[in-house]
Amino acid sequence: MTRAAADTDPKTVFEAEEPHLAKRKFLHDAAEHVRDTAHRAFVRKALGGYYTSRDTQQARYRDWEQARDAASLAKWSAVNRLDELLPRFVGNFEANGGRVHWARNADEARTIILGLLRQARARAVIKSKCMTSEEIHLNAAMERDGYGVVESDLGEFIQQLRGEPPYHFVFPCMHVRRDEISDLFGRHLGTPPTDSPEELTMIARRHMRRLYVDADVGITGANFLVAETGQISITENEGNARLTAALPRVHIALAGIEKVVANLDDLAVLLPMLATAGAGQPLTCYNTLYAGPRQAGECDGPEEMHLVLLDNRRTEILADPEQRDSLHCIRCGACLNVCPIFKNVGGFTYGTTYQGPIGSVITPHLRGLADWNHLSGASSLCGACTDACPVRIDIHHHLLHNRRNAARSSPSRLERLGHRLFALVASRPWLFAAGGMVVRRTLWLAKKLPPPLLRAWLATRDLPRPPARSFRSQWRSRP
Amino acid sequence: MSQASTAGAVILARIREALRVPAPPPQMRSHATEQAAAAGPGGLTILPADVARPWLPDGGDTPEERVAILTENLRRLKAEVHRAADLAAAADLVATFAADRGWRRVAWHGHETVEPLAIRLGCDTYRVDDRQFDKDALEACDAGITACEAAVAQTGSILVSSGSCGGRALSILPHVHVVILPAVAVAGTLADALDLVRARHASRLPSMLSFITGPSRTGDIERILVLGAHGPRELIVVLVG
Amino acid sequence: MRVSLFIPCFVDQMFPQVGFAVARVLERLGHACEFRAAQTCCGQPSFNAGYWDEAREVAARALGVFAGSEAVVGPSGSCVAMMRVFYPQLLAGTPHETAALDLASRTFEFGEFLVERLGVTDVGARFPHRVSYHDGCHGLRELRIREAPRKLLQAVRDLDLVECDEPESCCGFGGLFSVKYPMISTAMAEVKGGSLARTGCDYVVSSDPSCQLQLDGWLSRTGQRPRTIHLAEVLAGVEA
Repeated sequence: MTRAAADTDPKTVFEAEEPHLAKRKFLHDAAEHVRDTAHRAFVRKALGGYYTSRDTQQARYRDWEQARDAASLAKWSAVNRLDELLPRFVGNFEANGGRVHWARNADEARTIILGLLRQARARAVIKSKCMTSEEIHLNAAMERDGYGVVESDLGEFIQQLRGEPPYHFVFPCMHVRRDEISDLFGRHLGTPPTDSPEELTMIARRHMRRLYVDADVGITGANFLVAETGQISITENEGNARLTAALPRVHIALAGIEKVVANLDDLAVLLPMLATAGAGQPLTCYNTLYAGPRQAGECDGPEEMHLVLLDNRRTEILADPEQRDSLHCIRCGACLNVCPIFKNVGGFTYGTTYQGPIGSVITPHLRGLADWNHLSGASSLCGACTDACPVRIDIHHHLLHNRRNAARSSPSRLERLGHRLFALVASRPWLFAAGGMVVRRTLWLAKKLPPPLLRAWLATRDLPRPPARSFRSQWRSRP
Repeated sequence: MSQASTAGAVILARIREALRVPAPPPQMRSHATEQAAAAGPGGLTILPADVARPWLPDGGDTPEERVAILTENLRRLKAEVHRAADLAAAADLVATFAADRGWRRVAWHGHETVEPLAIRLGCDTYRVDDRQFDKDALEACDAGITACEAAVAQTGSILVSSGSCGGRALSILPHVHVVILPAVAVAGTLADALDLVRARHASRLPSMLSFITGPSRTGDIERILVLGAHGPRELIVVLVG
Repeated sequence: MRVSLFIPCFVDQMFPQVGFAVARVLERLGHACEFRAAQTCCGQPSFNAGYWDEAREVAARALGVFAGSEAVVGPSGSCVAMMRVFYPQLLAGTPHETAALDLASRTFEFGEFLVERLGVTDVGARFPHRVSYHDGCHGLRELRIREAPRKLLQAVRDLDLVECDEPESCCGFGGLFSVKYPMISTAMAEVKGGSLARTGCDYVVSSDPSCQLQLDGWLSRTGQRPRTIHLAEVLAGVEA
């Protein structure tokens, strides 16, 4: 089998759907997901171990907070020198024998990669986990052109067979129970049922080994691009990216332009931070630096190495100094792991490539604020994400910035009126006090005939009985 | 102009335009880091690596400390660590593994620390670097023995390269990976290990450098740890000297 | 010290007893309290909704209300965070910037004020109940208050303080979020409220009346045992 036939057609939900319906769909899916309490408990339990291992590992840092400072400094100095570091990286990468291809948008990136596959006369393609490829819907494009492609990362493989995008950009199938995986493997690979995660993993291992050996082209992502040396750095646990970049004749990597870091010293800070923040590990199992294709004197490795550098509106985030730090993101997933919204609405509800808090920050930039601002609204602004971020992205405040930008560029007339009215009342203490009294006195009536916002509250929560007199009124008559 | 050069030029122009307005450094906890950033992204007065060095996990100050930290980290990562006084003792040890664990065919590469072991294995062997590399032959091997560039105490990692550790596949395709690690090659931190490699391969870095931190693993099924996802299920480190 | 009370709208209209508890504790410690009646709302609802022009208007007005006060103390981490953290951002680059920074330096959350500013942990209260403390997110993450309320509670006579298993989780209130995304907000209340209820406590103590509104609303609706109570009420020794 060179092609993994999915249970359903590969979802191209993100592009196929009407963008202006994104908010309505979000509200619908969130409500549906919230009702599935078993699923929510399952996801919560799966992430439970994360906290323990993260805390244990963080305690081995002599000072985690200061290490976060260093990591954020490394990314800040790189992103703000992209004009200098990106050309330097490209020069060094090509000097190492690799070829760089620039893509302004998803369409160009797909065209480039399909062209490379044609050139390589690819018959079988193996792929290791790459969120940027999800962003450009690469698999669907490859399949349309008749290329068989297999996702080699276990979680991505499971998602490919299920015909679903990743649920969590680091833990793609964390929502799937082992019995579902056993059934899935039974249907697609003809393996007997098992409830052992270990046996299930071994099934995928056995299935995949031939595919690495037989593939002509391996496609990977890249976590970092090292300007000083022209190397790309790939972080993974399973070894599938190592195999993908070792055995096929051609290696194609796809990366966003923001992945550049200045040098290996900075990389040596970021790699442990990524592993600890994202998964509570000292270091992810394999952190590999590639400098071009196989060199003279090396016994194996690809004959060609290509790197597709993708903009796809990253330069628009770069042009916003207030939110530029969202390009510091190293996709560790820590903000998802701690996010109460993510844990309660699940990964699919977002309808985005990048889920969770960082996804809610960047998606409006990547796909339009008017259609995606609801993701910034769907937050209690608790800030757990910002505390978890190893590179100190001001995540939850950027949700506020998105809300402000949306109120400026496409305000809802009714909301604007409401806030104008509120400012008016709040600027007149007598009116404010009178308004408060009216609310207190009529609350019993409002509970019987609730207006929409109050109805939303009362559906699941009680309201306290209001006191007869407000603080300000009682204070006046205080002895 | 071709699409490629046009697109590259356009993206770089967009980047230059975007960066005309500077962005302040992230809010930091330590005053020293803030000071470092004060001169702008191109003029850091303290480099991130120097800021981080005292705060990242400890890698040990003396060779003994480094070996101790490395060993503890490797065990925590579920790698095996064995000590051998010299290469001859290492060869005995690995030959015992081969016999006890029923390895039928073991892959290796030409290297001064690997060859003395490979020739004393009591089983069939496959040398990856003496003629045309054969993926199928390597896939059929139970174990692979490699040298390494260095080890990292701080994280419990082994650093291998395509240049001097038998290429790219030998340390990842066989089910078991045996690494011969001379005690003198144990570095404290990731940065120290990278410095070593840079010094050793000054003219040209190998096409692949890989930090291996324990046996291959996955948590993709219900976030439960399973060893041996695609890479080696077992990582055996033989610390020599 | 002369303390200017900052009484958020919630407290003014729904929980006036909290404001009086704050005054009682501070007066017991020998400080004078004043309430400047011109104060209204801090502007956070508009700020959080993205309507910063409107929020700015309200904020600029508040600067005038509290001008010249020695210390401004409020029984809400959220509203205090608005003044201390967000006013300077909101008013940056306006003629009010300096005044905003000045007010920020004089504004304190109630528990924090006792412990960090006055250096008091034992206020002589007695509260013979099992309680669990709920950290409001603004207090915890914008103001970095974690230990102060716990120190205060540990010093209360006959009080048994237990931690829940979701100590850093949000209750799901989030202002307008609680009614614009009610299903998510309620799911969060289930997680946090459930965790607090599992401790077997009699009271959930909070430093944020808005979190109290949310948690109490859910606990009451689902018929769970604990009620919520503000830290100031515990310290005022209402049941002593």
